[in-house]
Amino acid sequence: MDKNLKHKSNRVNTGIHFMLGNYAVVEGALAAGCDYFAGYPITPANEISELMSKRLPEVGGVFIQGEDELFSIYSVISASLAGAKAMTATASAGFIYMQEGIGYASAVEAPCVIVDVQRCRGENFATQADVMQMRWGASGDYESIVLAPSTAQELFDFTILAFNLSEEFRNPVIVMSETTIALMRERLEIPEKERIINYKRHYTSLPPEMYLPFKAKANCPPDFAPMGKGYHTLYTLNYHNEDGTIDWDDQGYKKLYQRITDKISENRDKICKTESYFLEDADSVIIAYGSEVRPALDAVEMARNDGKKTGLLKLITVWPVHENLIKDIAKNVGRIFVVEMNIGKYVKEIERLCLPFCPVTSITKNMGIIHTKEEIYTTIKRTY
Amino acid sequence: MTLQKINPLRKYIRNGKLPHFFCPGCGCGQVLNYFLKAVDDLRLDFKKIITIGGVGCTARIPVYLNTDSLHGVHGRTLAWATGVKTYRPDLKVVIFAGDGDLVSIGGNHFLHAARRNLDVAVILVNNFNFAMTGGQVAPTTLLDSITMTTPFGSQEKPFDISKLAICSGATYVARWNTAKPTQTIKSIKKALQHEGFSLVEILSQCPTNFGRYALRTGDPQKVLKWIEEKSITRTKAEKLSEDELKDKFVLGEFIDKKQPVFRGTSLFREGDH
Repeated sequence: MDKNLKHKSNRVNTGIHFMLGNYAVVEGALAAGCDYFAGYPITPANEISELMSKRLPEVGGVFIQGEDELFSIYSVISASLAGAKAMTATASAGFIYMQEGIGYASAVEAPCVIVDVQRCRGENFATQADVMQMRWGASGDYESIVLAPSTAQELFDFTILAFNLSEEFRNPVIVMSETTIALMRERLEIPEKERIINYKRHYTSLPPEMYLPFKAKANCPPDFAPMGKGYHTLYTLNYHNEDGTIDWDDQGYKKLYQRITDKISENRDKICKTESYFLEDADSVIIAYGSEVRPALDAVEMARNDGKKTGLLKLITVWPVHENLIKDIAKNVGRIFVVEMNIGKYVKEIERLCLPFCPVTSITKNMGIIHTKEEIYTTIKRTY
Repeated sequence: MTLQKINPLRKYIRNGKLPHFFCPGCGCGQVLNYFLKAVDDLRLDFKKIITIGGVGCTARIPVYLNTDSLHGVHGRTLAWATGVKTYRPDLKVVIFAGDGDLVSIGGNHFLHAARRNLDVAVILVNNFNFAMTGGQVAPTTLLDSITMTTPFGSQEKPFDISKLAICSGATYVARWNTAKPTQTIKSIKKALQHEGFSLVEILSQCPTNFGRYALRTGDPQKVLKWIEEKSITRTKAEKLSEDELKDKFVLGEFIDKKQPVFRGTSLFREGDH
């Protein structure tokens, strides 16, 4: 192989592009420092693997098309433990298989990024039906960080954010993509390399004899040790002591999983990101995530044109739930609408938070196609 | 004051982790010893060895080794190995797997890692059953054997894992039993030095489960004797007919060839890390 090939292309393709959503994910990953990718063919996520197989080796990374999704997730996790910034991409039917690995990654606190381009069961039509699988799919106690982009630009931006959050909290982070945006070409602006945050993994400064691989402050992940340097870290799914070894201890088990879940839930306000539209004077608010934000925002515009004071809360972070913010909104408005492309799943979470304060109306469409603004506005008008 | 003698291989064991949890008479302890003897004889840099175990009795071996290790998920050892080895070609990856872990739940990964000639040493302890879960039928259980899930005798033909590895593309394959320490250690050394997919299959006694249910004895010696009596070396086997070899375990080194190893799609070179 020609050594000059190694850095033939740029990690960061600064400039303005007209780009496929799936390609934007790849560009985001490379900009964030991704250097290991494993995937298995599945529509509508294939373009991610295809572009990765070319781009990643050119910037010095490793690409592998594995034998199945289990291979993808486990090789991504082990590469991450070996020091890589690693990612895999799949669609709903493949994401199921990865749940097993997400459980392991949560237990050994391995950073990794998983892109799930949601599709309808067996078909490639649009849906947001995996929103609960994103949170509750794996066995055991864990917390998920899930980001929901709604444009090609956000597929790029949130993939970078996903890498940074996964490194900071030593937790898997899921980018919840959808057929709608993954297979759409859109304007994408890639900033200068210097303006992109590339979170560097935190390695221990202790010598091997003093290092305890799973000793950490409350609500924090532990520091990493480099692999192959004599730190002899055991990364096991089983309950592990602070020194990493297996040894059942009921109090230790409780403490370990309290920390693993608290490091996400207690840092919720730091992790959760939202965008607000017309919330200042709103008396009713739409909550939406992913591509449904697009017709929802148009519906808000229709409502405003009709003199109705409707606002929009766009969830960038779907999990963990931005509980305090959503409760605050519920206290100040007459009704909350939840727009989703499934049978109505996330609305249960919103009801849990808002029902003491205001009624919640579910606006769902489960037909493999995104809402139109009229469909959303009709419901708003009826219940306003 | 009496001077306590310390086993020279003790330095390779994780602090405070002995005694191990293997049943009395289990072959896993022997295999652990054989591996450490091989590593010690070769004077390998123990820091650069990554050991991997899935789930099962054999999979616990890495838990006792003073290495960077991955453990605790059933059947995914070769997927883990691929991630580590392709990202960090400077590390030596060794897998300890039982027959259920490697070719039942992990069968697909096994075929593909061998096909790719991933540079990994797989040490397989084949005890003919799912031992940790209490003695259920495995893909290696001999025909008509009684196990906890085949009360009327197994009706499935077993895998010959060494043959399976060769057919799939493995480049070093040897099979021994726990009664043959010299040959086993020699083959483990070869596997550790081999560049490419190497498999050392070690037929091992499980007195607690396979012994008690299939052979009606919980005596480790008797189970090992049963294995040894069925074992025949490759050179002797070559002179026998297929019918005469029925129910025999052929031991020996079956293949040792050099072929390009798998690196994923990467333009990395040695020493990049």
